[in-house]
Amino acid sequence: MREFLEGSQAVTRVVKLCKPGVISAYPITPQTHIVEGLAQMVADGQLNSQFVNVESEHSAASVVLGAVATGVRAYTATSSQGLFYMGEVLFNIAGLRLPVMLTCANRAISAPINIWNDQQDSVSMRDCGFIQFYAEDIQEVVDLHLIGYRVAEDKSVMLPVMVCMDGFILTHGIETIDMPQQEEVDKFLPPYSALYKLDPERPLTMGPLVDPEYYMEMRFAIQETHKEVIKLIPQITAQFFKVFGRQYHGLIEEYRTKDAQRVIVAMGSVCGTIKEVVDELRAKGKKVGLLKITTYRPFPHQEIYERLKNIPRVAVLDKALSLGSYAPLAVEVKAAFFGKKKQPQVISSFVAGLGGRDITKDSIKEIFRLLTAKERACEFIDLKPELLKETYE
Amino acid sequence: MNRQLFAPGHTACVGCGQSLGARLVIEASGPNTIVANNTGCLEVFSTKYPESSWGVPWIHSLFENAAAVASGIEAALIYLGKKDTVNVIAQGGDGGTADIGLQALSGMFERGQDILYVCYDNEAYMNTGIQRSGLTPFDANTTTSPAGSASSGNIRPKKPMPEIANAHGIPYVATASVGFPQDLQRKVKKAVSIKGPKYIQIHVPCPLGWRHEPVQTAQVAKTAVEAGLYPLVEYENTRLIAVRKIKPSPVEEYLKLQGRFKHLLNNPEEIKKIQEIANHNIEKYNLRVTSSEKNLSTEC
Ligand SMILES: Cc1ncc(C[n+]2csc(CCOP(=O)(O)OP(=O)(O)O)c2C)c(N)n1
Ligand SMILES: [Mg+2]
Repeated sequence: MREFLEGSQAVTRVVKLCKPGVISAYPITPQTHIVEGLAQMVADGQLNSQFVNVESEHSAASVVLGAVATGVRAYTATSSQGLFYMGEVLFNIAGLRLPVMLTCANRAISAPINIWNDQQDSVSMRDCGFIQFYAEDIQEVVDLHLIGYRVAEDKSVMLPVMVCMDGFILTHGIETIDMPQQEEVDKFLPPYSALYKLDPERPLTMGPLVDPEYYMEMRFAIQETHKEVIKLIPQITAQFFKVFGRQYHGLIEEYRTKDAQRVIVAMGSVCGTIKEVVDELRAKGKKVGLLKITTYRPFPHQEIYERLKNIPRVAVLDKALSLGSYAPLAVEVKAAFFGKKKQPQVISSFVAGLGGRDITKDSIKEIFRLLTAKERACEFIDLKPELLKETYE
Repeated sequence: MNRQLFAPGHTACVGCGQSLGARLVIEASGPNTIVANNTGCLEVFSTKYPESSWGVPWIHSLFENAAAVASGIEAALIYLGKKDTVNVIAQGGDGGTADIGLQALSGMFERGQDILYVCYDNEAYMNTGIQRSGLTPFDANTTTSPAGSASSGNIRPKKPMPEIANAHGIPYVATASVGFPQDLQRKVKKAVSIKGPKYIQIHVPCPLGWRHEPVQTAQVAKTAVEAGLYPLVEYENTRLIAVRKIKPSPVEEYLKLQGRFKHLLNNPEEIKKIQEIANHNIEKYNLRVTSSEKNLSTEC
């Protein structure tokens, strides 16, 4: 059914359709509308979930950990400092192989404190073992939650999923979207059935002390599972298409890249802006395109290699930093060509939109303009040089 | 009972009070129990992969989140309609409870969740090498509150955890000791029969950290109670309902058993301060047995 919905409201609606037995979250801007919306649904008796009000994100993550360990589907959402505060628990959830669903309303990291959008929060959590999806628009946010639960709870996976949506841009933006119906969701997403759970009928020990004799294999197993996830996601999105009629590759999306000379690689809502610029430049005969990365973990190295190997010039747009080194997404796109003969002549790296600075169509055009034969590393777009001058008395 | 709920063969030190306490707790709660355990000695010595002592479903996540993990378990059991048949226990050491896990524990209390929280109080961070915690007693020598020419050990008395628990208005709070196993098990059974959040703090001597003979674990525990340094108290709905009455013995009787207090033995001034802590407890909880009282555990 077509509905005009705010992004956060759309998330609450799709979460409801997924029927989590336990919800726990702690408020932080710009995730607040999600937790408030779910609390209201439970209060109104529309959603049969245990809503656990916690004193921190650390506990929110721990509550959903405990719930999924008991065999019940669970949901949480957070942002920025909250995601970092969960950090220790996130690694633990993945290590315990618990298919938790987490929505991350992407927001900058303090200091300086800033409530606006970039992707430093979730990008910094890239190593925690969660599968990470980045949505371009609200429709994709909704669909990635459904796809996410399916992937996470697949018996061959049993890993948590983080759906990343740009704060304010998507959480507070409004779009007309196709809201799935309960019958469709029930057809696509069966009730959660755990491989292992805390059950007095069949007692087991979860989270034991594991010494050097066994630890490596357990971590290796997660790494191997991530490789399986790469294969599984396109299969699940194909099933998604059959039920809902919307087609996603799931790992990446190509936009006018076929004969492109210059391509930007990016994640999240900025891809919408890039598509507009691509259309405008194409209309003027410029051979430009976009490669959108939907799945950041596991990182689709092979797909990126295949799609970019014949593109002469590639620009990677990061909305996050790895302070003291090259930009995180750029490093990984470069790594996709590790040991390969074919590769772009240029892979330049650009950083934009930190702390909510608008990435305008002009910002994107600037990136295309700077995508010359000269390779650029960590080139900041839209910096204000006048703010960089400081004198010490 | 045909299922061992806490099997021997684990890697605890000889004379470990916590291993004794953990077995008493789980046997009192029974097989229909799910346990969430903080990081600490108990978790480490009872679950060295691929072995486990636990005959009940048991989960360890992190150092400070057992109360929150247990909250998720409890919520899931309610969702499944199974809460009435399963006890949920969250447990951890004094550090995981009174320090780093206090926030999660407070959240659990405040939500009124039907969980028993058990704190195994060995009065320091034993798992990481005997560093002080908020429950380390006054003047104890630990690796981060060492005695020296300018210090007589830990500078503050124990954090009043039972009172902090009570301040949340929860239905049941008690202290117990592995020196009094029947009393301990009675309290656990009572606690799990009450709906809502419960807190039991159990004094569990640690031969390694307290530097006492491993065979003396029970004696050390008993002596602490008898000196008035570990009052055994029981609250229902924040009202003190029972205490274990004692014929107070001088605190030296307790201190001299343990290397962690050795530096005090020629220091009457410091011993006096510790005696004052005991005297305060004896008065506050009316611990002293009167000639008319036969039974040592008295309702009040
Ligand atoms: C966040 C975090 N900080 C520190 C540690 C290290 N650590 C593990 S157990 C422990 C001490 C445990 O003390 P306590 O809770 O009293 O339990 P005990 O070992 O004494 O039984 C510490 C400091 C950790 N695992 N996690
Ligand atoms: Mg301890």
